[in-house]
Amino acid sequence: MTPIQHKIARRKALDRFFAFEGLMVMTAALLVLLVLVGQLMFDGLSRLSWQFLTSFPSRFPAQAGIVSAWVGTILVMLVTAMAAIPLGVGAAIYLEEYAPKNWATELIEINIANLAGVPSIVYGLMALGLLVYQFRLGQSFLTAGLTLGMLILPMVIIATREAIRAVPPYVREAAYALGATKWQTVRDHVVPYSMGGMLTGMILALSRAVGETAPLITVGALSFIAFLPHPPWQDNFPYVSFQWLFDPFTVMPIQMFNWVSRPQEEFHVNAAAAGLILLTMTVVMNAVAIVIRARFRKRIHW
Amino acid sequence: MKAMDASQTVLKAEARGLNFFYGQAQALHGITLPIYDRCVTALIGPSGCGKTTYLRCLNRMHDLYPGNRYEGEVTLYPDRVNIVGPEVDPIEVRMRIGMVFQKPNPFPKSIYENVAYGLRIRDVSNRSELDAVVERALREAALWGEVKDRLQASALNLSGGQQQRLCIARALATSPELLLFDEPTSALDPTATSRIEELVTELKQKVAIVIVTHNMQQAARVSDYTAFMYEGRVVEYDRTETIFTNPTVKLTEEYITGRFG
Repeated sequence: MTPIQHKIARRKALDRFFAFEGLMVMTAALLVLLVLVGQLMFDGLSRLSWQFLTSFPSRFPAQAGIVSAWVGTILVMLVTAMAAIPLGVGAAIYLEEYAPKNWATELIEINIANLAGVPSIVYGLMALGLLVYQFRLGQSFLTAGLTLGMLILPMVIIATREAIRAVPPYVREAAYALGATKWQTVRDHVVPYSMGGMLTGMILALSRAVGETAPLITVGALSFIAFLPHPPWQDNFPYVSFQWLFDPFTVMPIQMFNWVSRPQEEFHVNAAAAGLILLTMTVVMNAVAIVIRARFRKRIHW
Repeated sequence: MKAMDASQTVLKAEARGLNFFYGQAQALHGITLPIYDRCVTALIGPSGCGKTTYLRCLNRMHDLYPGNRYEGEVTLYPDRVNIVGPEVDPIEVRMRIGMVFQKPNPFPKSIYENVAYGLRIRDVSNRSELDAVVERALREAALWGEVKDRLQASALNLSGGQQQRLCIARALATSPELLLFDEPTSALDPTATSRIEELVTELKQKVAIVIVTHNMQQAARVSDYTAFMYEGRVVEYDRTETIFTNPTVKLTEEYITGRFG
């Protein structure tokens, strides 16, 4: 071997070593995840049944179910989305397109980034003081949804700003050059072209909120609810009802937490089964995010 | 070179003592330059000489970014409005003066919507009116024959040259009084370039045109007047044939003969 070939061989060996190392690290990470999911399935799969999905909690593990928990999770997520998305998107559009670049804007931006890192229990304490005691919203779906909404608001703002920033400046300039106002440019171009990124960010933020437990315990989630909230409709005008907003709530992770902390082994099986359902919910949400991103990417390529 | 009769030389716009600042940095120094109606005025000069900066003053593009400042005046005829005056709304200026950018920048929408957008923001929603204007603009931009069967297709599926002609159609749809071209062919191949050049020559029958170009042959081919800029100043301005055959200033001669830049 000539000296040059020798050097190439050594560098290629390093190449192969790194590829191997990368593969190992990735496998290790995936294995841990696989073991966790496998354990959950091993424990809980046998308990999954129609009865489990449609029954209320019970003192008897075999009769207990998660209907109030999954209905609760969906309703809380609905309130969370209604609260966080309009506020977050509005704030992001303002910060990216309208806000003057000065120290006040900078201060707000730094604080939003910091808020995204605040422990969720702190949001719980704040919500307890503000929403439950001050505004007297009760230990209700409304309180729970607003609490999680505040929790994910910074994430929605950050994701939306990233999506808006991905719209190249020359597209904005094209609109302005035709005489468009700022609002016309935002409405007709910036928002539609960044919709894919925005929706992805929102769904990912919501899928984080789905698993939140601590702040909801703080604001007073019940772990034993043997009835469904009021239906969102009524028989007479105006036919929609918001009574359910003020009903007591529970959500999936709280139901799980409650079951895990009981001494009976059978309740632990219930918790694992509920965990599988919760996992499925997050996987579905993430899958929807991926599909949305792919669809918008296909339509718009810069 | 094209011959011109005196009736053609009607002023469309005129810069007088225009200074421009990016924050503290002065980019243009006392630009004085006439722009004649139904003529092509070319701006040439080395990179960083301020030709694009000057072009973007003409439709107040600099107002989009903070810290920019104009001094002096650019008068738009016939109503003699100072388009860089702080009391003049940049949106009004941009509604009268169209622009075609260096890189083709169609909206990621249909071909039809790209051309119709200028009318949509002016609250035109009558379908037959929109149809008529879209067809007229696409014909003027020599693109109608290529796209008339796929107006609803995405503009991003067009070739680079077609995209640039679409951008020209988009600017023409609102019948601008003055059309600005910022190196419109620098991202295009020679065939697409010559089509754009033919188009520029045709369009000057109707509208005043200012074109920034790096390509001196292009300036010689398409323009009636040429300004040579250097370090934020107009070094020499004259009829294109004079600039290219008999420049008065030494620097101009050195630039057009390729000794620098």
